[in-house]
Amino acid sequence: MSEDVTGIVVPIHLDYTYTPGVAASRFLRHIAEGNYVGQRCPKCKKVYVPPRGSCPTCGVPTDEEVELKQTGTITAFCIVNIPFAGQAVECPYVSATIQLDGADIGFYHLIQEIPYDQIHIGMRVEAVWKPREEWGTTTESIAHFKPTDA
Amino acid sequence: MRDVAVVAYSAWNGVEHERNEVEILMPVVRDVFDKVGLTKNDIGFTCSGTSDYLAGQPFSFVSALDAVGAWPPIVESHVEMDGAWALYEAWVRLQHGDLDTALVYAVGKSTMGDLLDVLALQLDPYVLTPLWPDPVSLAALQARAYLEKTGKTEDDLAAVAESRGRRVDRASGYIASPLRRHDCPPITDGAAAVVLAVGDRARELCERPAWICGIDHRIEQHQLGARDLTRSESAKVAADKAGASGVDVAELHAPFTHQELILRDAIGLNGATINPSGGALKANPLMVAGLERIGEAASRVLDGSAAKVLGHATSGPCLQQNLVCVMESR
Amino acid sequence: MANPCAIIGIGQTKHDTKREDCSQIDLVREAAKRALEDAGLTWRDIDAVVIGKAPDTFEGVMMPELFLADALGAVGKPMLRVHTAGSVGGSTALVAASLIQAGVHDRVLTVAYEKQSESDAMWALAMKIPFSPPLVAGAGGYFAPHIRKYIAQSKAPDDIGIKVAVKDRLNGVKNPYAHLHLPNITYEEVRDSLMLWDPIRYLETCPSSDGACAMVLASESASNAPTRPAWVHGGAMRSEPTMFAGRDEVNPIAGQECARDVYKQAGISDPRKEFDAAEIYVPFSWFEAMWMENLHFAPIGDGWKMTDTGATAIDGDMPINPSGGVMCSNPIGASGMLRFAEAAMQVRGQAGEHQIDGARLALGHAYGGGSQYYAMWVVGSEKP
Ligand SMILES: [Zn+2]
Repeated sequence: MSEDVTGIVVPIHLDYTYTPGVAASRFLRHIAEGNYVGQRCPKCKKVYVPPRGSCPTCGVPTDEEVELKQTGTITAFCIVNIPFAGQAVECPYVSATIQLDGADIGFYHLIQEIPYDQIHIGMRVEAVWKPREEWGTTTESIAHFKPTDA
Repeated sequence: MRDVAVVAYSAWNGVEHERNEVEILMPVVRDVFDKVGLTKNDIGFTCSGTSDYLAGQPFSFVSALDAVGAWPPIVESHVEMDGAWALYEAWVRLQHGDLDTALVYAVGKSTMGDLLDVLALQLDPYVLTPLWPDPVSLAALQARAYLEKTGKTEDDLAAVAESRGRRVDRASGYIASPLRRHDCPPITDGAAAVVLAVGDRARELCERPAWICGIDHRIEQHQLGARDLTRSESAKVAADKAGASGVDVAELHAPFTHQELILRDAIGLNGATINPSGGALKANPLMVAGLERIGEAASRVLDGSAAKVLGHATSGPCLQQNLVCVMESR
Repeated sequence: MANPCAIIGIGQTKHDTKREDCSQIDLVREAAKRALEDAGLTWRDIDAVVIGKAPDTFEGVMMPELFLADALGAVGKPMLRVHTAGSVGGSTALVAASLIQAGVHDRVLTVAYEKQSESDAMWALAMKIPFSPPLVAGAGGYFAPHIRKYIAQSKAPDDIGIKVAVKDRLNGVKNPYAHLHLPNITYEEVRDSLMLWDPIRYLETCPSSDGACAMVLASESASNAPTRPAWVHGGAMRSEPTMFAGRDEVNPIAGQECARDVYKQAGISDPRKEFDAAEIYVPFSWFEAMWMENLHFAPIGDGWKMTDTGATAIDGDMPINPSGGVMCSNPIGASGMLRFAEAAMQVRGQAGEHQIDGARLALGHAYGGGSQYYAMWVVGSEKP
């Protein structure tokens, strides 16, 4: 008895040495010290956080560093109910774009410490850091954002 | 056909452990614009060549757009091929008549992954990749077939390496017989950018535009057993169609020494200076090296040192796909 | 100016979750052979091949066009491989058309495909990048906040997405190639389906499909074919960065400008009135409403009303996705070309049960990346 072979599985394993880049590395080193530091575009003056090395609209390096407050505003969000590969947190969770005060662009992070049906666009939030000994060169040093008390 | 010329070229290559692709590309794009006094807002069409598997990330070309500053929105396309084919697409697009300038760029960091494994994924996934043949071994098969057929020797290969500035060590062991270290390309990161312009616009932008008088590319069978590895039919056809006769300088994208010999046979470069830049044996940033060959060849016209030049690019295992771009001064 | 370009052959595969009956080779050939047959041509008649697909990680093959060259009759010919994220099927067709319009070739075969079942799409999209937590759950996780923002800005009733999902699935029943055939789908069923990425429900998302699409494009002198050709009246691509300060992700400028460009080329001033049909890229149902505004079919804030009043239904005044669209079949790399091809099928009178009677002018639309890459073409039954 033999069955037709209609497919084979070829496991692929590739190792890469990832380089976040000069600008992102500087940002991550600041994060490891508990600071959110963006970068300002010399042309359009917009402040990017996390900085990506260039101003996407001007195509020039963003060298000037700008220390940001750790409060900001939710500009959009969704509630994730579907598990996916490599997921960092348990479902359901809220993934939001948060624009920090003093920054001109939002970035993704978690919203917690509030019932999900009370989250809204425009809500004020602040960063909640992990314990100091867990800080590192990753935005995971911040556990999540929560609504500001004010 | 409208007359299209290379009016500026810039490139960087080396081994880079600090900067990411955007940070490598940005100064190259800035430099190529500075050479002709243009800004991003003067460009009609943008086209690029990169590879997701090189970067180890899907959609890796998307972030490369940040280096260009794609705002206001740009007319843009991307090929998952060496930047030389992006230049071909841009040349075609400029024929439409509505746009007069194009930016072509390529960027790639070959040092991020294990290139031997990454390139094994470039093969037929059903019958070849499961065997994980690495690209050097495949090139060695081709080299062996070439030496057997032509009666040439490893010394002939070493002579190619030497003339491309490689330190030849005949006593060194084989990487894959008959190929030694000096027969193989280095693993290189890099970025390159070219500005193309049409007719009078090209004449305005630089003194000696490198006019594209012929450009063509062809692909061959993928299965290595299905083609004669000792010759390059696709390079020959592309060279004939592009009108490759009588060039002063040729930049051949030959990552391995024997491939330069095969390409010289196919293209028929009587008396031409070959690879003054050192070619891919000196620096071989994947996805970039082919565009570099066109840019390096064009530079000989731009600086007035040559009248007719040829840039060549290759892709795929054992020279599967080849592009030839012939440029001249007028 | 550019030479005329005709669409003389169109083919697509049956789209399905897993086409385990065939390899990638068989899949692209299934579509390409149908396109050649429709054009009354053989492989030998083709001058060049232009192939497109989304990220190579979807199949686990780097630059798969290299191993597909033999099967697509490309040996000895020029072959190009395009990749512009989700819009790639559209931009691949535009690159192929460009070769005709430039006068370089007379007959170009263009193919787009995806065989997602051969790798793992969720892995391919949500790869773990060091230094940042993976919070964005695939494409749905990325686009859900934009949809929420649209709903907030336009004050649309929250069931517009449900209505689009039902409409497109019922259209898909009329399309024999569609992946999903859900003849009994109801409003209630969509409404009660699992909320995946709030506000996107399970039945408001596109499926993940294996499939391919192919077309034969020809110059004027080579435009004779068994079925009358469709003609390209305009084609345009636009890109903008993924993230930048002040970006409008709901109604991106790149899409607005791409539409203006293509309408200008085709001499269109009132798209809603002048188009007989449009095939647009709607991977999550709410995007129909968003794109109606981005494509200038409706004023800002009013796109949802076209769905709500039935204007976008197959018997409405502006039929959107009569084929069932991406909501019924989503072989990512091919999805854009399917939109372009279905638009051409409409003006050739080839669309069978989902044909819009007497369609003469249609729009094909594709987008990709973070709503930042756009490809569009306008096709007509008359030579421009
Ligand atoms: Zn700026």
